[in-house]
Amino acid sequence: MGFWISQSLNSLALGGLLFILSAGFSLIFGLMRIPNLAHGAYFMLGAYVGLTLLRNGVNFWLAVAGAGVAIAVLGGLIERFILRRLAGRTLSQVLATLGIAFIIADACLWIWSGDPMPLSGPASLRGAVRVLGTNFPLYRLGVIVLAAAIAAALWLLVERTRIGAMVRAGVDDLDMARAVGIPVRTLFTAVFCLGAGLAGMGGVIAGPILSVYPGLDADMLPLALVVVILGGVGSLLGACVGSVVIGFIYTFGQALLPDLAYVILFLPMVIVLVARPRGLFGRAGA
Amino acid sequence: VKRLAWAAGGAAALLVLPWVIGGEYYVNLASQVLIAAIFAMSLNLLVGYGGMTSLGHAAYLGVAAYATAWLALRSGLGPLAAGAAALAITTVMAAFYGLLALRASGLAFLMITLALGQILWGLAYRWVSVTGGDNGLSGLARPAPFGIDLKGATAFYYFTLAVFCVAFSLIAMLVRSPFGASLQGARDQPRRMSALGYNVWLVRWLAFVLAGFWGAVSGVLYVYYNNFISPHALSLTQSAEVLLMVIAGGAATLIGPVVGAALVVLMKNVASAYVERWTLLLGVIFVLIVMFVPDGLVPGARRLYLRWRRPRGARR
Repeated sequence: MGFWISQSLNSLALGGLLFILSAGFSLIFGLMRIPNLAHGAYFMLGAYVGLTLLRNGVNFWLAVAGAGVAIAVLGGLIERFILRRLAGRTLSQVLATLGIAFIIADACLWIWSGDPMPLSGPASLRGAVRVLGTNFPLYRLGVIVLAAAIAAALWLLVERTRIGAMVRAGVDDLDMARAVGIPVRTLFTAVFCLGAGLAGMGGVIAGPILSVYPGLDADMLPLALVVVILGGVGSLLGACVGSVVIGFIYTFGQALLPDLAYVILFLPMVIVLVARPRGLFGRAGA
Repeated sequence: VKRLAWAAGGAAALLVLPWVIGGEYYVNLASQVLIAAIFAMSLNLLVGYGGMTSLGHAAYLGVAAYATAWLALRSGLGPLAAGAAALAITTVMAAFYGLLALRASGLAFLMITLALGQILWGLAYRWVSVTGGDNGLSGLARPAPFGIDLKGATAFYYFTLAVFCVAFSLIAMLVRSPFGASLQGARDQPRRMSALGYNVWLVRWLAFVLAGFWGAVSGVLYVYYNNFISPHALSLTQSAEVLLMVIAGGAATLIGPVVGAALVVLMKNVASAYVERWTLLLGVIFVLIVMFVPDGLVPGARRLYLRWRRPRGARR
């Protein structure tokens, strides 16, 4: 019994991390019509930036925020100076993000060397609590709560504000949105910054659980892809459900079938593709 | 006729190459270029002629290489039989992957091929009992078809060259055949093609399987060239490298992927002699190519050549 409870909580914690990573990925994909293949690299770079801040004595939450801002700025620069120059040529944009992913990954290896590095969580969330009769690390509970808070904030932003309405309009019909006077280009930069910043923050938040190592980007990018294929492009609800589903499958897969966990992760994607190619919550195709 | 002359000239140049450049290192480098060229040509069927950009093409090279190595080392098949069986296995896998990936088109297709490629990479990494995990499979011996031993660098080069010539001619014929025309039609005007009675899905699927088959051919050569296989052969980097070859050289041209393959392989070898940051360089080249020469070097050079000729009024 304790096994199932603690693994379920672990699944939720991983699902929360995946949501922080893939919500931005999904919004960028929905709005700009490009899968940002550098998203895993943003996540890893965020984790490394956070690590460096922590080593210089910065408070954990400040490090999360700092990494988020740094990666958001980087994302904004990339959008403004590379992707925008390729506007209208989606394939070129995707390939450019892939090139950027390689550059960031190798630069990280260069700067922070190839050794995996632990990243310590905040002192206030150290230790464990008893949940339903099982000991569970407090930090992971914190991650679940934090992810839920981020999800709620994003939901409010997208569904209840003027900017969110613009984003939704852009996801549904970009040309029409442009025609009625929505500043689409500014919106692109803003959403790209937001998505990149979330990924950067996610990297630091994930640090105490996953630690930081070269290849973290290549591990996370397929997960974000699967979540978005599963949930549907540009849908926050889809990203949320997809993240939790993948969190559960991966965690229980690791525990029960360690050799094949990585592979069964992709089974739901295959099933969804066969049954409903647009994803569970996807709207008209991007 | 002019084309044939060009092809004959190219083949002759490749034939005498080992005498001209000498040195085992350079002959091996030439073999690497040819293997990469076959690999890139196979992807070009999808990306260039079919308009389906795949980011998981390493799957076919990697699976064919792993299957060859596993069959030759563990099941006692001869090296040639293992290679042939690996081609069959990989082609069947491509047929299955095609069923999944062609549920979507455009960027969704790209994401699915990427995810499918990552599955295989994960499998190669973690299914240690079969794949040897991170250590890979080693200790493979090169085959000796018809009693010709391929151990030497030059012998292997000629074997690779023969396969390359066959692959190049067959792919060239395929592209110019009615099937090739319908594939390019399905790329440019899918709705018009289906209105004309073509089964667009089937055309794409056949191209997908053929691309998988030629990718597998390069995989068998790859594993016998290295006598070793590791998960790196299935990595996203590998898929991205081959896509870069196609795009840098020029997608939907016959010679483009060959030029791109030569460029990437040579640069990789030269660069790795001086800097260890090949991945970084690869990324930079990627970004520069898509920003400044998006249609590739071969069409770019052709454009320059035509511009240079036209003012002199030679023709038209």
